[in-house]
Amino acid sequence: MNAQFLIQLLVNGLVVGTLYGVVAMSFVLIYKATQVVNFAQGELLLVGAWVCWALLVKFQLPFWIGMPLTLVFMFVFGIAIQVVILRPMIGEPIISVIMVTIGLSTVFQAALKWIFGVNPQPFPDVFTSKSIDIFGLQIQTVYIMSLVVSLAMMVGMAWFFRASKYGLAMRATAFNQQVAQSLGISVKTVFAISWAISATVSAVAGVVVAVVNGVSSGLSAYGIKVFPAAILGGLDSIGGAVLGGVIIGLLENIAQYVDSQFLHWGNLYEIAPFYVLIIILMIKPYGLFGTRDIERI
Amino acid sequence: MASTSFIPSGDFRTSYAADTTIFPTRTSRNFAIAGIALLCFAPQLFSEYWLSVSIQIGIFSIAALGLNILVGFTGQISIGHAAFFLFGAFTSAYVSNNFPIPVFFAIPLAGVVTALVGLIFGVPAARLKGLYLVIATLAAQYILLDFFSRAEWFSGGSVPASANPFSIFGYALRGDRQYFYVVLAYVLVSYLLVTNLMRTRDGRALVAIRDHYLSAEIMGINLTKYRTLSFGLAAFFAGIAGALYAHYQLVVSQEGFGIERSVLFLAMIIIGGTGSIMGTLMGTAFVVLLPESMEWISLHLKGSAIDHALSLNTNITFLREIAIGLIIIAFLMFEPDGLAHRWRQIKSYWKLYPFSH
Repeated sequence: MNAQFLIQLLVNGLVVGTLYGVVAMSFVLIYKATQVVNFAQGELLLVGAWVCWALLVKFQLPFWIGMPLTLVFMFVFGIAIQVVILRPMIGEPIISVIMVTIGLSTVFQAALKWIFGVNPQPFPDVFTSKSIDIFGLQIQTVYIMSLVVSLAMMVGMAWFFRASKYGLAMRATAFNQQVAQSLGISVKTVFAISWAISATVSAVAGVVVAVVNGVSSGLSAYGIKVFPAAILGGLDSIGGAVLGGVIIGLLENIAQYVDSQFLHWGNLYEIAPFYVLIIILMIKPYGLFGTRDIERI
Repeated sequence: MASTSFIPSGDFRTSYAADTTIFPTRTSRNFAIAGIALLCFAPQLFSEYWLSVSIQIGIFSIAALGLNILVGFTGQISIGHAAFFLFGAFTSAYVSNNFPIPVFFAIPLAGVVTALVGLIFGVPAARLKGLYLVIATLAAQYILLDFFSRAEWFSGGSVPASANPFSIFGYALRGDRQYFYVVLAYVLVSYLLVTNLMRTRDGRALVAIRDHYLSAEIMGINLTKYRTLSFGLAAFFAGIAGALYAHYQLVVSQEGFGIERSVLFLAMIIIGGTGSIMGTLMGTAFVVLLPESMEWISLHLKGSAIDHALSLNTNITFLREIAIGLIIIAFLMFEPDGLAHRWRQIKSYWKLYPFSH
């Protein structure tokens, strides 16, 4: 009984963890390319999920039209944020930039509550929800869908950075902006594209979570969980972010297991990632794969 | 230079003492004294409503002042300030309820305890740069709030904790009118302390760290010590303000002290001007008065077309949050030095009037 519960939780952790990984990946993408720590990452998930919900429910579009429309919208939305808000902030101190994104997250959070209300909304059934039996475990198909989508996005991202022209331009920019510029890369475009991709990927994650749990402002909590994940993996490592996300997801569920079986403290599940975060900052602030800052004077 | 009565239309300072003086002219000192004297009559002059608004401005401005030491003078960010504020509130309530310590002493004690807690979170933070510190304080916010909801002996858990009214040596102060003086005294002392801190060696060390931490380190400034110190100071003032708030409200609950409140504290110093002491007060007044004025506007628009279009009454809380967020962004983009900068420009305009060009 207990063992089965544990395995169930681990599967759950893996699914949630890959989603954290995807969001952390898009967070790190922005950080690496533009040196902006995006506190509005969770709100990007939320915007994506609500837009998709509105297209499917209010406008009664089928999923195969609604979803691409959402992605197109988020692509444009990401570019718009970068161009309108963050481009004028280039060259400002890093704390100003951080505070701008905090301001953005406040605005999005409140605006979405204003437009869509505070009540959680169920997502229309995109897939017929069934559970299938794998090795004696009941696993819902939405979970498998979520896992597959997350993995697909990770593979897509890996391909993008390794093979595509823009991916290479982005890596060059992350390495050294001036050198990249001198090689004819438009740094402006790279910045805009990185926001656009990050927003789009986050929106996919947002829709996936929404399909499983419904849409509510609680979705933006994923944006906060990104920090433990990204710090664990190292702030500037995309692979590290994915791994960090998976570890944090598993850790949350192990904490829940320990809590419910032995400790009975309640809610350990929500707070455990933050303790981990503090511990990592104390012992290994650059994470598992992050590059250590070495400054030359 | 305190001998001149007006600001001279040029820079005539010849000594460091003149450079760091609090009041550059006699007139400015007299105005400050007159202003404080006038504020002493405020409880008699103000209505209940304005009195409570000004008490709130006073309390929050102390917390914002602490945050400004950290953000404005040391160049670190904290988004866990609301949790420290709340910690001070709970500590003061707990101490004055459970020990025979009058509230008068419980408030500074709460400040000290909060500073110690701040240092616990500040120690990992001191090794880290701004970016990592933000994330550490984010964790502090969640961990502390989680602690409050667990520790029933300390904070009452889900039930709000009650706090004693302010008392000194058996004499209890009753009502807003008397409490106003307590807040006024704390505001004056805190602002004077911080103004003087910035004139000392330690204050200059903090500013040096903000401007270029590597150069500061090379000049022999102990980065870890000063970063931790400024973190502790920020938590100290947050704790004092929280304690004042607890004994003003007489109940302390976690409600409304999430991350949004921390953002609000950041908004205060951004709007006022990071690194400006008087700006902190202006920014706090702005942030406290903004929702009040929005409420007032929505009351006057009741029944009009705008009201119907936006359904103001039901959505005022969201509109308020949107306004706060937009104002933070707008100030950072267009007026990064805040209201204090605007004020300096007005002053320098009049300094040379009518030959300002």
